[in-house]
Amino acid sequence: MKRIGLITGIIGTGMALAGALPALAEEAATTVTTAVAAIPAPVAAASAVNSGDTAWVLVSTALVMLMTIPGLAFFYGGLVRKKNVLSVLMQCFFLMCAVSLQWVICGYSLSFGPDVKGLIGNLDWAMLKNVGLEPNADYAGTIPHQVFMIFQMMFAVITPGLIIGAFAERMKFSAFVVFMVLWSTIVYDPVCHWVWGMGGFVRKMGALDFAGGTVVHINAGIAALVAALVLGRRLGHPHKLSPPHNLPFAVMGAALLWFGWYGFNAGSALAANGLAGSAFVVTHVATAVAGLAWATMDVIFNRRMTVLGLISGAVAGLVAITPAAGFVTVGGAMGIGLGAGVICYLFVTFVKEKLGYDDALDAFGVHCVGGIWGALATGLWATTAVNSAGANGLFYGNPAQFIIQLKAVAITVAYSGVVSFVLLKLVDGVIGLRATEQSERIGLDLTDHRETGYTVLD
Amino acid sequence: MKYIVAIIQPDRLDEVLERLTASKVHLVTASSVMGRGRQGGIAQVYRSHKEAGTLLKKMKLEIGVNDDYVKAAIEAITGGARTGEVGDGKIFVLDLEQCVRIRTGETGHEAIG
Repeated sequence: MKRIGLITGIIGTGMALAGALPALAEEAATTVTTAVAAIPAPVAAASAVNSGDTAWVLVSTALVMLMTIPGLAFFYGGLVRKKNVLSVLMQCFFLMCAVSLQWVICGYSLSFGPDVKGLIGNLDWAMLKNVGLEPNADYAGTIPHQVFMIFQMMFAVITPGLIIGAFAERMKFSAFVVFMVLWSTIVYDPVCHWVWGMGGFVRKMGALDFAGGTVVHINAGIAALVAALVLGRRLGHPHKLSPPHNLPFAVMGAALLWFGWYGFNAGSALAANGLAGSAFVVTHVATAVAGLAWATMDVIFNRRMTVLGLISGAVAGLVAITPAAGFVTVGGAMGIGLGAGVICYLFVTFVKEKLGYDDALDAFGVHCVGGIWGALATGLWATTAVNSAGANGLFYGNPAQFIIQLKAVAITVAYSGVVSFVLLKLVDGVIGLRATEQSERIGLDLTDHRETGYTVLD
Repeated sequence: MKYIVAIIQPDRLDEVLERLTASKVHLVTASSVMGRGRQGGIAQVYRSHKEAGTLLKKMKLEIGVNDDYVKAAIEAITGGARTGEVGDGKIFVLDLEQCVRIRTGETGHEAIG
């Protein structure tokens, strides 16, 4: 604006002088003309992109990426036997590559693209066509659309990764690859669309899922249970099991997960604002309480706290607070954390043993059960005082929200459970899911990848 | 010639090696092993899963000695490793048929050390 004025002023003065010269020559008083048509200077149209929001979501994207590798990779990697450590790391790293590709080719479009009957997105955004740098006002009005896309990509990557915990140490790598690509496309993308996509029917129901309780944790968690049942138990389960081969790895992985989860939850505010701050705080508090709750259960039932217990509790808390992060107060967060620690502990310790399924790394016990608790707890503790775009839960006088949450949970469990089963059976029929007994004995690192994680002899 | 295999508590290693050196028994091979005696061991807990009585960490020492050094070696090991607690370990003495020094090709008594 100043520049236009300056230019106008200079030109105006110049023209005035030009007008004055003949007057001087004629020695006649001439009115100096100063009115000059303003030259229209090119001005960029005001962009809706907010630099603070964009910076935060980009950082959050990187944080969530960290959750898959190295976070989940080493959390799970440390919990399996030495001979299988590479197989787990490989599966996580591979998902980062494969699902990222699937996401830009078609996954994003199917999940968030223009709606088809409330069930799925169409392929208008395949290969990121129409996904440019201007914000998409429906999803995140202040960040470039591509930033929203890649933030969501990291969720799509980690969700199938969670299932690894169920079939670790006995699934063939080739079967894993095929199953995961199918699962991402046929289970993750639709469920994502229902809950988060514009026009998605679960979203329209009013279900609250801030950062992925249903879409990520219940979705993966129930698939995990199905996978554990379809693949069957590991050799020697339940009597001859080896302990985690590297608990320091598991602790490191859990800590990285906690760190990355700030991006997962607070980043889902899609803005660098008060809501992000609130989500950050409740995420942290719920996790801390859940860790302590699980550790306390350990003391009650094992007479001592264990490191594995403490970190497992923390992860359960992170899972449970995920759907609630943008809707609850610190008090609510504490309640959610406490519930997560206690309920997941009971499931992992007693129910699993009673029912006898081999959920190797407790993907179902922590992610599905924790996710269900979190989704329902959102229906209890949600308050519009924290987020006016949300709703009130049962404790704030609105029991209807709890019912909506229950429906969303049921729909996710039913769809993911059934379709995961079908996909597993399909892959099993074509190439076989399970490694041979011999391979399992030797270890998947050597048999699937011809590599060892640690050299024994120099 | 005799071959002595001793299983001792890992933290007694330094004491035992000192006494062996003082007794002029220099050559020894040490390895880290797992084992148990009559005591049950510490049961590890993994989430819900409790292991039933485990193996414990021990150190294994292997020494080839000439017959006249056997007594001194046993005394050195016992002196260094005994704590009076259950789990102190055991010493096995085996007959050694042949011993060869690889560098020089010496055999028998000279080779042992």
